Amino acid sequence: MAIKLPIYMDYHATTPVDPRVVEAMLPYFTQHFGNAASRNHPFGWEAEEAVEKGRKQIADLIGANAKEIVFTSGATESDNLAIKGVAEMYREKGNHIITCVTEHKAIIDTCKRLEKEGYRVTYLPVQKDGRISLDALKAAVTDKTILITIMAANNEIGVIQPIAEIGAIAKDKGILFHTDAVQIVGKVPFNVNDLKVDMASLSAHKMYGPKGVGALYVRRRNPRVLLAPIIDGGGHERGMRSGTLNVTGIVGFGKAAELCKQELATDAERLRRLRDRLNDKLHENLDEIYINGSMEHRLPHSLNISFAYVEGESLLMGINDVAVSSGSACTSASLEPSYVLKALGAGDDLAHSSIRFGLGRWTTEEEVDYVADKLTSVVTRLRDMSPLYELAKEGVDLSTMQWQTEGH
Amino acid sequence: MAYSNKVIDHYENPRNVGSLPKDDVNVGTGLVGAPECGDVMKLQVKVNPATGVIDDAKFKTFGCGSAIASSSLATEWLKGKTVDEAMAIKNTDIVNELSLPPVKIHCSVLAEDAIKAAIADYKKKQGVERSAEKAAQPTA
Repeated sequence: MAIKLPIYMDYHATTPVDPRVVEAMLPYFTQHFGNAASRNHPFGWEAEEAVEKGRKQIADLIGANAKEIVFTSGATESDNLAIKGVAEMYREKGNHIITCVTEHKAIIDTCKRLEKEGYRVTYLPVQKDGRISLDALKAAVTDKTILITIMAANNEIGVIQPIAEIGAIAKDKGILFHTDAVQIVGKVPFNVNDLKVDMASLSAHKMYGPKGVGALYVRRRNPRVLLAPIIDGGGHERGMRSGTLNVTGIVGFGKAAELCKQELATDAERLRRLRDRLNDKLHENLDEIYINGSMEHRLPHSLNISFAYVEGESLLMGINDVAVSSGSACTSASLEPSYVLKALGAGDDLAHSSIRFGLGRWTTEEEVDYVADKLTSVVTRLRDMSPLYELAKEGVDLSTMQWQTEGH
Repeated sequence: MAYSNKVIDHYENPRNVGSLPKDDVNVGTGLVGAPECGDVMKLQVKVNPATGVIDDAKFKTFGCGSAIASSSLATEWLKGKTVDEAMAIKNTDIVNELSLPPVKIHCSVLAEDAIKAAIADYKKKQGVERSAEKAAQPTA
C-alpha cells in the first residue's frame, strides 16, 4: 500500500480525534444540545447526564472519583487553576512553590506571575537524563512550601519524572502535589492514588479527543484540596470553574478516555516497538546522533534525537512531507534554542539540531521506515554541506573554537 | 514558515557546495557565526592573481534553509567579480533576491559578513606573501 503523505509524527502537539469519539459527540451538537446547568427541563437533564458520564469515564482512567474532576478549557487553564488556586487559598500557610526548569510554559509563566505578586518559586534543575533529583527536591522544601508542581512526562523529550517518589515526599511533608499529566494520561498507566497526586492537569486533544476541553483532577480526601477560582461567575464545577460546560467536548473527552483505558496496553506496546524500530534504524544509518533524555524513563511513543552538525530547521525543510517538531527556533536575532534541551546540558549546538518524534494510534511500520530513510538521506546531504561536520572530521574540537558571535 | 521559491531552489540545489584549499595563497576563507546561534557559514573565494577577479567560490553552511540559500547565492554572485566589486555586495541585495522575511534577515547579514571575512583573509595572505617575496629577494 502506498504511503499517504504528509506523515503525521507530532502526536505530542495534538492528536486526531478518534472517529468513535466524533460519533459519540455528534448527537450533542444538534439533538441533545441542552445546557447542563438547566435544571428545569429534559434538555438540561440529558446534557447533565452526558457530562456526568464523561466525568466518570475520565475519573476511571486515572483511578479517581468522578466528583474530583473539574472541567476546564484545556490543560493550560488547568495548570493556571491549580497553581493560582492553591497560591491564593493557602496564602496564610506559606508563599513558596517548587517546580522544575523543564516544565511547560503554562506552569513556568504562571509561576513567574506569582513571583511578581510576592510568592517565592524554586525552579529545580534537571539531571542529564531530564529527571529532577529527589534530594534536590527535599532540600528545596521549606516550612513555607505550599505546592510542588512537577510534570509527569515532558512534552519535548517524553521523559517521565519520578512521580510516585515526588508524591511520597509531598505527602510526607504535608505539601500539595500538582502534576501536569497531559502527555502521560492515556499513554501509560497513571493512577492518582498510587502516585499520591493531589491535582493533575489533563487535556482531551492529546488523547484522541477534541480540542478546547480539559480537566483538573482535584483530590477530595486525604487531603481535601481547596482552590480559589480564577474565573468568577455562575459557580459551576463546585465553584472552582464557572462557565457553561462544553457538553459536546466533555462527551468526546469521556469517550476518548474510555477508549484509552481499553486500548492503552496494546497501543503502548505497539508504539514502543515502532519507536524502537525508528530509533534503531536511525542509529544504524547515521553516526553522531544523540537521544535527548532518559530512554528508560520515557513515554513509549516518544523520541527526541539531536543530529549533530545539522541545524534543525534545515532538517525539517528537507523532510517537509513528515510533520515533526524541532528544538531549534531560528526565527529571531537571538536564535534561542529549546530551553528544555538546554536544561539537559546538551549544548546549544545540539539543541539546535534536535527533532521530536511523536508516534500515535495511526502510525504504521511503513511510515516509520519512510521517515527513517528520508532522515538518513537528508542528514547525510546536509552534513556534506556542513562546515561543522567538516571541521569535526578534520579533528577540530568545536567546543574550544573561537566563534564570531558578535551581533548574531 | 513559508519559504520563497528561490530559497527552496537554493536549499534543494545549492550552488558551489564544497571547499577550496585553505592554504592556497590565492584562496581567502571566511568562517562566521557560531553553532550555539544555529548558524555557521564557511565561504571561500579563489582569486586569479593576474586579473584580481574571483575565479571560484565555495561554501558550506550549518543553518536554516535561508542561511543555506544566502550563502549559496553569495557564491553565485562572487564568481566573476573583482575583489572590490565583491566587497560592495550588501545583505539587502540578498534579502531582496531571496525575498527573506524580517526574521531571516540575520541570515543575509551573516552571508555579507562571510564575504567580507573571506576577502579580508585573502588580502591578509597577499600582504604577507608580498612582504615574504620582498624579503626573499637578494639585496645586492
